Amino acid sequence: MSNRPDIDHVTVRELAHTRSGDKGDTSNIAVIAYHSASYAVLVEQLTVERVAAHFTGVIEGQITRYEVPGLSVLNFVCEGAQGGGVSRSLRLDNYGKTLASAMLAITIELGCGFDRSTLRGV
Amino acid sequence: MLKIGTGSGWWGDRISPAVDLAEKGDLDYLCFETMAEATVSTAQVRKRRDPDFGGFDTYLDDRMAAVLPHCIRRGTKIVSNQGWVNPVGAAQAIRGHLDQLGARHWKVAAVTGSIVTDRIADLAGPVMETGREFASIEGEIVSAEAYLGAAGIVQALADGADIVVTGRVADPALFLAPMMHEFGWSADDWPRLGAGAGIGHLMECGAQLTGGYFIDPGYKDVPEPWNLGFPIAEVEADGAVVFGKLPDTGGLIDRHTVLEQMFYEVHDPARYITPDVVVDFTGAQIEPMGLNRMRVTGLTGTPRTDTFKVSIGAQEGFIGEDLFVYAGPGALDKARLAETILRERFKIVELDAEDLRFDFIGVNAVHGAMSPEPSTPPYEVAVRVSARCRSRTQALKIGREVDGMAVSGIGSTGKRVPFAERVREVIGIWSTLIDREAVTPQVQFIESPA
Repeated sequence: MSNRPDIDHVTVRELAHTRSGDKGDTSNIAVIAYHSASYAVLVEQLTVERVAAHFTGVIEGQITRYEVPGLSVLNFVCEGAQGGGVSRSLRLDNYGKTLASAMLAITIELGCGFDRSTLRGV
Repeated sequence: MLKIGTGSGWWGDRISPAVDLAEKGDLDYLCFETMAEATVSTAQVRKRRDPDFGGFDTYLDDRMAAVLPHCIRRGTKIVSNQGWVNPVGAAQAIRGHLDQLGARHWKVAAVTGSIVTDRIADLAGPVMETGREFASIEGEIVSAEAYLGAAGIVQALADGADIVVTGRVADPALFLAPMMHEFGWSADDWPRLGAGAGIGHLMECGAQLTGGYFIDPGYKDVPEPWNLGFPIAEVEADGAVVFGKLPDTGGLIDRHTVLEQMFYEVHDPARYITPDVVVDFTGAQIEPMGLNRMRVTGLTGTPRTDTFKVSIGAQEGFIGEDLFVYAGPGALDKARLAETILRERFKIVELDAEDLRFDFIGVNAVHGAMSPEPSTPPYEVAVRVSARCRSRTQALKIGREVDGMAVSGIGSTGKRVPFAERVREVIGIWSTLIDREAVTPQVQFIESPA
């Protein structure tokens, strides 16, 4: 942990942890902020459009974002995320278990007022 | 207070943590979850080919032989969905274990009624995944089973069962049923049922609550990850719960492990639909109660829907798959040329595939198009080639053409031989909703032979 004001871009991995689960051809990816300040930044920047652009070629259907402020969680429900469904998919990770880690690579911009001490691994 | 442990979070789960719980957990109930979405359809297909297959959890004997002596001694009841397509057969097998252990006084019940394969064409609504009508499903329907709720299990417990084994029920119902029975919760007490089903949801994947499926080294570390304890829920009559695990086990229960599992496979967190109740997780409060003990309150629920979800399995062809490797200078170039060669070969042998995929493992195999271009040439690359085809004959061509890469391919092609099964059957899994009234669970007790 540090409080370095020079860090202005971090990945989601510093702000939140994630878990993916599957139902048929739909995956959900829960983004769980380590801190309520991080949650506010994620609500603003981790939009459906950002996520859809990041997962181009992998998530092919509609993405819906559920906000749970009381728990500092964003839940992304992603249709067409399993290459046709667990049993039909030719994908090596046909359950989409690794999709959650791909979410961690998205870059987030930090404002100058952001408390860097809440960052996870920096 | 009711003390419930998870004995398995899936069919292939470890058995020794369940034994630890049975022996040292001082549990009132031990619950086993062993069914995935495709379990029933796969079991139906296997049963047609293999008359010796019992149609229930293939580890049933291993699990029961390991935990029953401890459960009998403590009086820990068991609720389990190890019955798959033959709950009565599973119950008979458990009966045999009990009698052998001198526990003829223990009562075993099977809950059946979830299978609707022969009626699904009449009952089905639109296919949930596509929005199209049931008849649009291509391929032979091999199974259709409703996700039943807690009712059948509650009935069996009320009738005196010590062990209840079911076919398809919603996973949370395995845990909710003992709470309804012991606390006398009525079937329309939505806040309490919501809490109970929510607790069931948190428990049903076993170690996924206690540090499994969680570690990100340096970011989220877990003590002794080789020795994860399975979870214990200490439930109060009002639906409050403390999650814990045995003290001498590895793993972790904290706010973060609880939250990850709370959202696992959840869509709208305010409306998580189960057969018994619609769960609302959004008001949950999570507070530490000491090391690896987390109290969760504020789970609630709203009235159940008028329908049961049905999972439909359809035979949709075959997947052929094979793998070979390159390493050293030029490995990725070789992998790319191998793809070109095989694509030409598939034209020559007239491969008829619905989908054909090449993966370079180590480069782009997992996240496909999202993967960054390698900045330096990878030292080694495995080439995986797979295709989904209507017939087994077509799917077999994948492996046969990869065979050709051995002596007719590129320099230093590494290939695994012998490699027996390179074709597997595709069971497409589809969902629909049916009227709740169309399905009724049945309870059948299995007596010891006279």
